[in-house]
Amino acid sequence: MTMVYFGLLVIAVAIAFMVGRNRARALKAGGSPLHSLPSYHGAFLALCVGLPMVVAFIVWMPTARVVIDDRAIARLAGDVQPKDPLAREARLRDIDRIAQGGMTDEQLAAYPESVVQAGRSAASMRGWSFAGLLAVGLGLAALGFHFGLQRINPQFRARNVVERAVKGLLIACSFVAVMTTLGIVMSVLFETMRFFAKVPPGDFLFGLQWSPQTALRADQVGSSGAFGAVPLFAGTMLIMVIAMLVAGPVGLFAAIYMAEYATPRFRAWVKPMLEILAGIPTVVFGFFAALAVAPTLRSLGLAMGLNVASESALAAGLVMGVMIIPFVSSLSDDVINAVPQSLRDGSYAMGATRSETIKRVVLPAALPGIVSAFMLAISRAVGETMIVVMAAGLAANLTFNPLEAVTTVTVQIKTLLVGDQEFDSAKTLSAFALGFVLFFFTLILNVIALHIVKRYREQYD
Amino acid sequence: MDSSAPRLGNAVLTPPEPIILQERPIKIKSRHVTVHYGAKQAIHDLDIDIPDRAVSSFIGPSGCGKSTFLRCINRMNDTIPIARVEGKIEIEGQDIYDKSLDVVQLRARVGMVFQKPNPFPKSIFENVAYGPRIHGLASSKNEHEEIVVTSLKRAGLFEEVKDRLSAPGTGLSGGQQQRLCIARAISVNPEVILMDEPCSALDPIATARIEELIDDLRQNFCIVIVTHSMQQAARVSQLTAFFHLGNLVEVGDTDAIFTNPQEKRTQDYITGRFG
Amino acid sequence: MTDTTAPAPSRVLDVTSDRARARVRARYRKEARFRAYGLIAIGFAALFLVVLLADILTKGIPAFFVARAAIPVTLAAADIDPAGNRNLNEIAKADFAAALRKLLVAMFPYASDRASRRQLMALFSSAAPNQLRDAAMADPNLIGNQVTLPLLLSDDADLFFKGGITEVQVQPAKGAATPSGTEGTIEISSSGPDFASELGEVKRQISAQLRSVRQDVDANGQLRARYQAQVQDLTARLTQARAAGDKEAAPTLEQALAKASGDLESVSANGRQLEGRMLELKAKAAQPAAPEALDPNLPSLLVHINGGIVKATEVAGDRIKGTVIAPLGSAAPAAAGSWSTENILTPESTRRLGDREVVWLEAMAAKGMITSGFNWSFFTTGDSREPELAGVLGGIVGSALTLLVTLGICLPVGVAAAIYLEEFAPKNRFTELIEVNINNLAAVPSIVFGLLGLAIFLNFFGMPRSSALVGGLVLALLVLPTIIIAARAALRAVPPSIREGALGIGASHQQAVFHHVLPLAMPGIMTGTIIGMAHALGETAPLLLIGMVAFIVDIPHSVNDAATVLPVQIFLWSDLPEVAFRAKTSAAIIVLLLFLFVMNGAAIMLRKRFERRW
Repeated sequence: MTMVYFGLLVIAVAIAFMVGRNRARALKAGGSPLHSLPSYHGAFLALCVGLPMVVAFIVWMPTARVVIDDRAIARLAGDVQPKDPLAREARLRDIDRIAQGGMTDEQLAAYPESVVQAGRSAASMRGWSFAGLLAVGLGLAALGFHFGLQRINPQFRARNVVERAVKGLLIACSFVAVMTTLGIVMSVLFETMRFFAKVPPGDFLFGLQWSPQTALRADQVGSSGAFGAVPLFAGTMLIMVIAMLVAGPVGLFAAIYMAEYATPRFRAWVKPMLEILAGIPTVVFGFFAALAVAPTLRSLGLAMGLNVASESALAAGLVMGVMIIPFVSSLSDDVINAVPQSLRDGSYAMGATRSETIKRVVLPAALPGIVSAFMLAISRAVGETMIVVMAAGLAANLTFNPLEAVTTVTVQIKTLLVGDQEFDSAKTLSAFALGFVLFFFTLILNVIALHIVKRYREQYD
Repeated sequence: MDSSAPRLGNAVLTPPEPIILQERPIKIKSRHVTVHYGAKQAIHDLDIDIPDRAVSSFIGPSGCGKSTFLRCINRMNDTIPIARVEGKIEIEGQDIYDKSLDVVQLRARVGMVFQKPNPFPKSIFENVAYGPRIHGLASSKNEHEEIVVTSLKRAGLFEEVKDRLSAPGTGLSGGQQQRLCIARAISVNPEVILMDEPCSALDPIATARIEELIDDLRQNFCIVIVTHSMQQAARVSQLTAFFHLGNLVEVGDTDAIFTNPQEKRTQDYITGRFG
Repeated sequence: MTDTTAPAPSRVLDVTSDRARARVRARYRKEARFRAYGLIAIGFAALFLVVLLADILTKGIPAFFVARAAIPVTLAAADIDPAGNRNLNEIAKADFAAALRKLLVAMFPYASDRASRRQLMALFSSAAPNQLRDAAMADPNLIGNQVTLPLLLSDDADLFFKGGITEVQVQPAKGAATPSGTEGTIEISSSGPDFASELGEVKRQISAQLRSVRQDVDANGQLRARYQAQVQDLTARLTQARAAGDKEAAPTLEQALAKASGDLESVSANGRQLEGRMLELKAKAAQPAAPEALDPNLPSLLVHINGGIVKATEVAGDRIKGTVIAPLGSAAPAAAGSWSTENILTPESTRRLGDREVVWLEAMAAKGMITSGFNWSFFTTGDSREPELAGVLGGIVGSALTLLVTLGICLPVGVAAAIYLEEFAPKNRFTELIEVNINNLAAVPSIVFGLLGLAIFLNFFGMPRSSALVGGLVLALLVLPTIIIAARAALRAVPPSIREGALGIGASHQQAVFHHVLPLAMPGIMTGTIIGMAHALGETAPLLLIGMVAFIVDIPHSVNDAATVLPVQIFLWSDLPEVAFRAKTSAAIIVLLLFLFVMNGAAIMLRKRFERRW
């Protein structure tokens, strides 16, 4: 239906553009000098037609949906009437499935009679709603066309109007990013609040027990204390620390070498190498961690008499560290290069060696930038999903032993939300609460880091 | 060039007024120095003798090679990968481009002050203590303090900063920063101080203070200064060398160069006909 | 002005003394070490990259090839088309699995029992009967004639020919052999030491077992001693308690004693068993030439003799006892060199194909039926539960559809946003907020975008789950900041003189931007877009949350169909237990990396080609 509507919209706009342009051309041919080019007049008329149609769609569709949903629910028999908003959502999904049609009789038989009835009536209401939308949209388009056509005359400043509209569109586009952030905040915030209505925030943030699978029934929730996220935070931190122990020194030293020692030829070889490493999808790293690194570590551990879990934090952390190396090194390379050459010259002129200059002058000068690079890397490590999903465990062990299996926030989000989900259970909602923690933790790190970088760049500009 | 005239570089060896050279021993001796930047030749076969305990100034229009030659004296050109230096520069008879000579030690003996003040982003104290630290000149905090205070006093900065030695060096004014850089350079007690247009980024008052300082320092050091300002060369230096297009055109006693230049090009330059 | 009190230089830099020289040497050592750290760091990253790529290539490249068995097929009209009217509808309903089974039994007449037939069939892919059907339906004239069709083997059979199941050693015999029969259990004696190495292997195994049993016996002895002491102690205490009339302690002690006695008894029983086993093993080890039975935990020994095959069940230095797998032509003595022994090194208990299956596969290979060819179907089929049938086309098409949606959204929106922010936006707090917001959005973990997609697109807007549409939307929001940042950089790189030139001849600001600045910035924008798309192509986590993780066999046809993408396909396969899927996963990774290299290569080309210095 949406496709049909927008198809009609495109046709209407095209017609309006051509009519407007031809009208302006005719005026010009008639000897009156135009303020704007004919195509601007065409674009103006197209706007007059297209805009009302889009607005009609945006207003009509959600309104119609709310009305149809309400009436469909009202048709349900008493015993299948949803009692709370969550049950209502679930019931509406059933109705939607039936309304979309294409179900066999056996499938339909699985639903209560009145639900099937409601689904069928919803389907017919949708048909009527679309007809209504079509009538309103096309009617508005005709009005717009009439209004626009009247305004086309030689003095009319069509270009200015069109340019204002284009500017509005540009502003709307730059708003998409803001809307995205808002959308993220909204989606995690609302679900998190629903979760906190079931499980107190204190239990979630400070509880030591995490076993959401056991708390499937609503009456178990909260009382069992199975939503203590501390083991997840600890596991995330453990893997992040291992990753940073790899990526920090290796990335920093690689950056120092690239910025201070490497010949242009060497750079020409190594930079693409690091870029390739940075471009490898995380799922590939995850596969390598789970099927190559973890077994190797395990057999190495056995040879040394250590019991290394097959999903050890060490394997996931190591591979994650390697994944972050190019990230750390390219950010650090940038900040080291931003240190003015005059400082290096000053140090060399004092008789300092290269390494003394780097250690005592360049690195202290670049320190804020390097700190923020590390912060961004930490935020990356904490938010990384695929490597830990594939190479780290599921069991929430509260341990700091890197040879044992731990689980992380991202692994739990993925586990809780993938597969058949009961959307209203605390189990599913807890994933959003974890997402909330993850989002705000990384957001704070990023804001601070980006702020430091900005200040740092201003200092040497 | 008139072929019967003596070679320009040798002019200093048989100068019209060889007073300075007779009074002061030669510190730096350059023979057949040629510098290339990649394919471009920046200095052509340069011979010059620079006296100790005096200020020598290099003047000439932009791109004449005076800064390039200055950077040869403490081998700062080593940090530029495409630079290639040929010929011989001797300090106290020792060839500084000799393979056995260590560039790190050379730079401790030949300090340098740059065009733009470049204090390290550290405290004033640490800026001056940097050289002694890397060269191991002092073993205790007291010794460091002594060196820092002495150097700051000799650079004429101590009175202004004595209450805020731990404040960042970058917080000082431009002139103060440049004096801090001079204090940093003299902290390791070098034999030679090279100054590459040390006042070009400063206002006239700060410039005057630096010039006074240079005049004082000449008691103890061999100072070579590159400058754009002929007045400055005339004010602070005893010896002046005029560079043009990578050649040393004329060198001699400052008064002689400014009052009675032997070369037409020198005369044109100091009278402002080009430059 | 200089502080007059400044003393003359008190310290002269010491450069000649031994101490000074040592100090300089130490400083240079530090310098060298520091430099080495940098090289080591880069070397570490390079080494990891090489190991990763090598690991994936070696695992993945075999999966691009597949073994097929070109079997001479006679589709008997009686089975396929009993009516004889070549009606395609009837042919389609025929039991081609039975037809295949018949063919195989004809090839291996001795394998006609139920179990053998099932094993034989299992060597072929479950798609092999379909191949027969397709051939018959494509050309019904084949029915009744003999044709040679390359049939797909099962994943294990395929793996066998790639060397992934076991190593096989065949040795010509040194002595002359005499079999005692042609069928059933027979004995073969050789005049040469043809079975000595196998016997040696068995004896080595026995010694190893003996060592471990000895340790067990020792441990058992210690345990027994402990329990004995406990029992004695408890008995003593019980007698004491009884004597003292302690009514409370006695029952507890009795209970403990009963438990300890029970434990002692079971430990002792275990010990007796272990000791018996130890004695047995000792006896075996003591006689290096005595015949030994072979079990599935040992490498298998097969004897090829007189056209038949015997599987050894008991081995001595010069003879074996064994069961006939393929019947012998005769029981006549075989001369040295005319028969051979075959060692299948991986023990039968740990390998996925039994000895008989190995024999059949080798027989087919010996007849030249096995051909290895490029596995085109890997690129033309969707996912499957059978590794030999699974392909990446579903993932590739899903990725293409998803990226199409992503590109369609984030290129216009990203460029429009960049144009506004770079060219039109006033410098105020509001635009600064947008800027900060974009920079931060670029660093938000990708899984959070999955949460956004799940909560907003799926649950709020009710868009179709698992669809390329929602996947593309989520990825569009994910890469939008990257594209805005790249586009802004490209716009900023266009010098103001171009803009001023256009404005100078009376163009409006928008005309200047759209006619002059934007075209010049386009190469830079395209480069950034390709890099953003490459990023989106490799992204997995957010797509898992919006349900693109389902097992989907069909190739999606529109953005509303349930689809999966290449990286998710990799993730799904990597989780499957079959060994063959491991190779498939690596092969899919190779495909993904190739796409990424091509995209990044295109971006680099574009940048090199159109790079302009102003």
